[in-house]
Amino acid sequence: MSAFTALLSRDLRLAARSGGGAALALGFFALVATLVPLGIGADLNLLSRVAGGVLWVAALLAALLSLDRLFQGDFEDGSLDVIALSPLPLESVSLAKILAHWLSTGLPLTVLSPLLALLFNLPASATLVLFVSLLIGTPAVSAVGAIGASLTLSLRRGGLILPLIVLPLLTPAVIFGAGSVAAKMDGMAPSGGLALLAAFAVAACLLSPFAAAGAVRLNLTN
Amino acid sequence: MNILYRYANPREFMRLSGALLPFTAAAAVLAILAGLVMGFSVPPDYQQGMTVTIMFIHVPAAIVAEGTYALIAVLSLFSLVWRHPLSDVAARAAAPLGALFTALGLVTGSLWGRPMWGTYWVWDARLTSFLLLLFLYLGYMALWNAIEDEIRAARACAILALIGAVNLPIIVYSVEWWNTLHQGESIISGKLAPVFLWPLLVMMAGYGLLFLTLWMIRIRTEILNRRSRTLMLGGA
Repeated sequence: MSAFTALLSRDLRLAARSGGGAALALGFFALVATLVPLGIGADLNLLSRVAGGVLWVAALLAALLSLDRLFQGDFEDGSLDVIALSPLPLESVSLAKILAHWLSTGLPLTVLSPLLALLFNLPASATLVLFVSLLIGTPAVSAVGAIGASLTLSLRRGGLILPLIVLPLLTPAVIFGAGSVAAKMDGMAPSGGLALLAAFAVAACLLSPFAAAGAVRLNLTN
Repeated sequence: MNILYRYANPREFMRLSGALLPFTAAAAVLAILAGLVMGFSVPPDYQQGMTVTIMFIHVPAAIVAEGTYALIAVLSLFSLVWRHPLSDVAARAAAPLGALFTALGLVTGSLWGRPMWGTYWVWDARLTSFLLLLFLYLGYMALWNAIEDEIRAARACAILALIGAVNLPIIVYSVEWWNTLHQGESIISGKLAPVFLWPLLVMMAGYGLLFLTLWMIRIRTEILNRRSRTLMLGGA
């Protein structure tokens, strides 16, 4: 087993066994989606109009919840030092962490989204667009989030600063993701928004391991 | 590169900025006063009436706000690549000013929007991306304040500023794709009548000089702070 897959499977096991990381994010996602109709009213027409945006924002916030622990746990107990000493470059370490975070939060959130879309009376065709947009877009959330997580990894209250840093950077994902659902609802082709979202996600996943590795490195040198 | 290293020396910077400061301060006051006088004596616009005068305090603020972010990004690159010590201080000193000018641009813009668009705030592309610019500034400042180790904070913030600079065009583009109401640019394309253009240019110069003055004062304060801290540590 290569170092990359070893790290990936270790992080996945940690996510699964320590407090059921995915379950918490899913619970948060479902709760936010439940609170919105309570806040804005149960009009099904209105709900189907706002479903794309609400579910995108809720998924984004749910994915953010576990992001501050991406490097922090390993930093605090010293295993990040050991990982940094291994032959695996820190860029690959960051990529493995991003992938593990996506597999343990982004992917489950995407899988749950059609069910919540049902509660919002979203038409089946638009639900498919929502599903695809979350599938494409949540890796970007994990990737950009990893930059924020690595920058704040030594902070005790990093969880408060992380969203302030990461959320403005992720506005394109929300705009293109929710925008493609809205386009489908208006009878237009969602492919433009989805293509732009895919471009954003590819760029984020390619560039952010380097930025995250740089930030991890500066926190380890002492 | 030589000139870059000469001003990496804080003492050299203190000498130069100390000599420049009275002049830039005086020039800023003069230009802003002249711009205000010129701005209030323009004829009413055929469409906007006297609200056109808001433009003279709005547009320069917006330009300085955008320029400051670019400045911070360039300084961050200097700091990461050449470990230029003064550019960290300069970037940190520029951030609150950039946030202030962004907020000023947002406030004056919404005061103009009320009579013109009938509402203080619209979710238009330019307004929304400016609001996001404000949040980028706030996140950057929060990270500076959160990390105690100064060298580490400087490096982390430099990385964040560069990522923000890479992402900012994407944000602006995506917001534009999302919604557009704000009028297009009219200065470079020559659509602005000279009677409005001149006060605007004078005000831009005034805002630019004001930024320069405040920026130098903030850098000087930070350098003096560090010196006094070093002295106290040495005395202890």
